[in-house]
Formats: sequence, structure tokens, C-alpha cells
Amino acid sequence: MHELAITEGVVAAVTERLPEAKVTLVRLEIGALSGVVADSVRFCFDLVTEGTNLEGASLEIVEPAASCRCRSCGAEFVAEGPFLLCTCGSADVAVESGADLRILSVKVA
Amino acid sequence: MCATCGCAGDGAVVHAHHDHGDGHSHVIPPGDSRTIILQQKVLAKNDELAERNRSFLTNRGAVMVNLMSSPGAGKTTLLESSAKLLAGTPQVSVIEGDQETALDADRIKAAGCAVVQVNTGVGCHLDAEMVAAALGELDPEPGCVVVVENVGNLVCPALFDLGESARIVLGSVTEGGDKPLKYPHMFRQADLVLVTKVDLLPYVDFDLERYGADVRRLNGRAELLTVSARTGDGLAAWCEWLTRAAAAGRGRPLSRPGQG
Repeated sequence: MHELAITEGVVAAVTERLPEAKVTLVRLEIGALSGVVADSVRFCFDLVTEGTNLEGASLEIVEPAASCRCRSCGAEFVAEGPFLLCTCGSADVAVESGADLRILSVKVA
Repeated sequence: MCATCGCAGDGAVVHAHHDHGDGHSHVIPPGDSRTIILQQKVLAKNDELAERNRSFLTNRGAVMVNLMSSPGAGKTTLLESSAKLLAGTPQVSVIEGDQETALDADRIKAAGCAVVQVNTGVGCHLDAEMVAAALGELDPEPGCVVVVENVGNLVCPALFDLGESARIVLGSVTEGGDKPLKYPHMFRQADLVLVTKVDLLPYVDFDLERYGADVRRLNGRAELLTVSARTGDGLAAWCEWLTRAAAAGRGRPLSRPGQG
């Protein structure tokens, strides 16, 4: 359940950047390959924000798919399932997007 | 830094509620007057601390590897046997991560290694901050290999860079061969996958060939070795890998899967 630590990291990062602001909305990007479960972050969010300047804030999460590029044949594709395999058979694949875990923006009152 | 909204003044912030007149310009979306764009990595703080750990080790002429597996895969037993075989060349120092107790630290100490135990309490992984504190206490000698024995868990530790130069994932034959497919995130990040307890292969249903193929499909650059700490089978090859990785790893930043 590392999502608890991840959610605490989100709150710490926002309060550090905006110590005075009353935050009403947090937008996160949780990529398909980030290793973080969005539902678990949602589950932790209210608990972790309690008593902070994010208390009561809404949470919006975008979950981009894993976009990959094959280093062998150059094909671009979206990976589904655990394997990052190109249809040409190569496993030498670069992840272009979908591995990130980011705080995109916040709304303040 | 912009005192109004806390932005770095690098154009990464949208604010329509005020005009700074100080030269940093921002896009103003209509009807959305209070949105602040942060575009910040959630793990940025951990990654920064991990980088600091890496520099600390480089300055010492030491190197760190991160040992990860499910509970009971044989991390501590492997370290006990390795310490005996290596006999100080290189010197192995250990950071033990467990939720509770100093049981593993006691075993490692008895094997002749310097050791610091980190108890994470309810935490399911080690992070760079915990390891920074442990490194300070451990005070590693020049030339030594610091082995982090992470909390037994195939999920959470995969996310946290500690400042290591190599990641080693253990899978024991008694756990079953399906672990790479069930926990792909962990195996995707491994530099070495070490199959342990291979002396028990005649007694369990574990298809080593299939396991290796699954690892390769997830992670084309991971090496695969087999070992039995009980019989000593494969131990020399593993110790050789560790010695080589330690020599190559000094100052090398950790590569993340799919990057580059």
C-alpha cells in the first residue's frame, strides 16, 4: 500500500509550493505504468488531507495509457498487459508516456 | 519565486488573478481564474534524496545495491552465505529493512558484516530518506558494497529509488514461477533476477526455462542467475556478479525502465 506514502507526498509537495493557499482541487496524472493504483490514492486522499490546507479538496486523476516506441523497428504502439512487446517481436521498447506520476495542477480558493 | 502564488517564475504557472509585471508571463485560460499548474513529479523529493545518497557513496568510493523480493525468498540467508564466501573482498555492509524486529540485523552481524536495521513500522518499503539516515549511521568504508535488504514485498519497493546502482530481484523456486507475470513492475526494473533455493527444484513444480523466458519478455536487459545458499550451488557466480556490479556501479546513475 505505497499509495498512502504517495498521497502523503502529493500533499507535502502542494503545501510546500503553496503554503498559504486553500486548495479546492488537485489534478494528478497516474500513468498506466507508474506502479500506482488510482483507486487507492482516491481511498487515501481524504484521510491524508485532513488538517492540511488541502482538506475538503476534490481529486481528479487522469490515467494515460502506456505509449511505447520500438527501438528495433521504430513502430509506435500502446502497450496492453504486462509485456512491453512490439508486434515485430522485439522487447527493446522505450516508454514514451504512461510511466509518470505527476501533480498536474491545483485550484485554489 | 513568485510571492503571490509560489511559482518558480519559470512560466510553469497559470495565474489570471493577478499580474506580476515582473516579466514572467503566463497563459491565462478564460473562466479558470484560480488554477495553478504545478507539473511536478510526486516522487521528486525522494528522487532528489536518492541522488544525494548516490553522491555520498561516490564520494566515499562505495556503492549500493538494492535487494528486493517477497518475504521468505532467502535474502538474509543469501547475504550470510555471500559474506562468508567474499570474506571481506569486497567488504559488504548491510542496511536491513523490516517492519519490526532486529532479527535479520543480528544474523547479518553474526556473519561479520556492519549492519544498520531500519524498522519501517507500518511502512511497506524503504525510501531514500530512511536510507540516507541509515547510511549516515553505517558510515561505509571506501571500496565497500552497501547491500540494502528491502522490506519483503514485490510491489511497493519498486517505486522508490534509494540511490542504488543496481537492483536485484530474488525469486525462490518455492514461491512458484508465476511471480514475474504477477508483479511485472518489480521485474521490469531488475538488473539481475536471482532464482534462489534451486536445491529444492526436484520437489516443486517450477519451470526454470519458462521463468527465464517470462523475465526476458518483461525486461530484455536483466541477467538471470540461479543459487542455493544451502548447498552453495551458484554462490560463486552470484558473488562474482556482485563484485563486478559494484566495480562498474560506482557513480553510475540508476537507469529506469523504458527510459532513453
